[in-house]
Amino acid sequence: MLKFSGKSVYKGIAMGGVVVLKKNDSPVVRGRIEDPDAEMERVKTALEQAKEQLGKLYDKALKEVGEENAAIFEVHQMLIEDEDYLESIENTIRTEMVNAEFAVAVAGDNFAEIFAGMEDEYMQARAADIKDISNRLVNNLCGNEEIDLSSIEPSVIVADDLTPSETVQMDKEKILAFVTVHGSTNSHTAILARTMNIPALIGVPLDLETIHNGTVVVVDGFSEEVIFDPTEEVSAEVVARIEEENEKLRLLQNMKGQETVTKSGRKMNLYANIGSVSDVGYVLENDAGGIGLFRSEFLYLGRDDFPTEEEQFQAYKQVLQTMAEKKVIIRTLDIGADKQADYFNLGNEDNPALGYRAIRICLKQHDIFKTQLRALLRASVYGNLAIMYPMVTSVNEVEQIYAIVKEVEKELMEKEIPYTMPEQGIMIETPAAALISDELAQIVDFFSIGTNDLTQYTLAIDRQNAKLDDFYNPHHKAILKMIQMVTENAHKYGKWAGICGELGADLELTEEFVRMGLDELSVSPSMVLKVRKRIRELD
Amino acid sequence: MKSFNYVVTDEVGIHARPAGILVKEAKKYQSKVVIVKDGKSAEAKKLMALMGLGVKCGDPIEVQITGEDEDKACEELKEFFEKNL
Repeated sequence: MLKFSGKSVYKGIAMGGVVVLKKNDSPVVRGRIEDPDAEMERVKTALEQAKEQLGKLYDKALKEVGEENAAIFEVHQMLIEDEDYLESIENTIRTEMVNAEFAVAVAGDNFAEIFAGMEDEYMQARAADIKDISNRLVNNLCGNEEIDLSSIEPSVIVADDLTPSETVQMDKEKILAFVTVHGSTNSHTAILARTMNIPALIGVPLDLETIHNGTVVVVDGFSEEVIFDPTEEVSAEVVARIEEENEKLRLLQNMKGQETVTKSGRKMNLYANIGSVSDVGYVLENDAGGIGLFRSEFLYLGRDDFPTEEEQFQAYKQVLQTMAEKKVIIRTLDIGADKQADYFNLGNEDNPALGYRAIRICLKQHDIFKTQLRALLRASVYGNLAIMYPMVTSVNEVEQIYAIVKEVEKELMEKEIPYTMPEQGIMIETPAAALISDELAQIVDFFSIGTNDLTQYTLAIDRQNAKLDDFYNPHHKAILKMIQMVTENAHKYGKWAGICGELGADLELTEEFVRMGLDELSVSPSMVLKVRKRIRELD
Repeated sequence: MKSFNYVVTDEVGIHARPAGILVKEAKKYQSKVVIVKDGKSAEAKKLMALMGLGVKCGDPIEVQITGEDEDKACEELKEFFEKNL
């Protein structure tokens, strides 16, 4: 039995087998071979394996993100069987008498280069697809296990750290808990863990090389401990505690179907935050009154090129239809800082959190923004949509946004494409926006306070820096004062104000938020029933 | 050999996904199917080569079909192009 400590981001307890996610970037080595036929057999086996992997990925993507997004895996399946590509590999093996890994890598580089050299930007981006399939083949040849999260038993995921694009690809049903070596309590791994209601520990000092897949481990979010190879005694105790936790969750289920209202009759809108289309299931399961923050970034992450208008339209439409007439607030693209996608070519910044991100990108690169707006306005026909814009700091920015929205509206009208105009609000996540909220309230429909960023900017604390976790005081008076001020300013002009940051789920503050007069709280799906219970206990 | 001319109307041209569908379709026939654009040609059963042609929306192309089932292939492919590309 071996114990390690970390920092808990979701209080829960789990026990199960470990799956270690390692990053593999060992270079391919050129080796001489004697038997080219044997080498070709290896290629064939690796190819069959790759086809199977891609088939599974396609099925999974089809279920979770729809046909449009899944198609890329179908294309990969076909690319990998391309005659010219396979001939080139065979040719290299036979004429140069080299190992299959090397031949695949060479073919991959050559074909990728052809695409990279084409005029069309879209075709240039296909070079990444060729590299991707070649890497897959090389990994299969080397026997590097690709951890296929769709066919494993439910497991505890252990990793150095997880990027948002990695987490997007995971099968959430198969994850019992997360344990990461790095990451901070406000990282995306943490947000994901809270959405999914699963225990997670970060900052656990583990050596990934020494951990074997399948080792039984206990992740205890209460005592903030990870226990490898627990003794029988410990296991029995943990099983009992898991049962107890489940019982508590069952009791919480009584909160379903109940109104979110205090004893004295003050009603509150209680919504949920989500990060992908498949999270809508958690929203309905936990009986949230709507979606208060739909992070549209998921459409942009974990891929090689911008999502098309049609892809976005389908995703938004699906969410709106699934939520029926309940409110769905979609936040426009919030990429940059800790959320990166290579094809945006954002470049390195000394200070990314204070850099080129979110609405700033949209106001500079209108084409990206307009594609998303068109998809949103078109999808709006199918439900109760509201749009909100992130990282606003001035009235002028809102005016610029409105001018672009007008252009989009005009284009849709001219082409006679059906659309409706949703409510438009802004995130209050910069101290600047909070301080001028009286002016902003006059031109927007609502405010949603993003407490994570607002706290980071107000306290000058980088939320990605784990060293600062001790200085990060989310209950700081400065933050609470701003929330109060923003709420009052919204009400002065007949608008509503809510919170969609992690603070909204802080049960110690629920009473204060009700007293301040906030109209809405949007929290992780796993927190909806807990917050409802708390509100119903208040006078 | 049978052939027909076609102007691509799909707004993304014969890119990854549409190219993939075309390869799938072409593989249904025993005949050799060749796409010609600006004097360059590529076999419709080879995805990378086909994508390499870089056919865009509005580009005129010629589709050449040679083989035993060329009559049937020509007729059906024509229909396929009109419907999908």
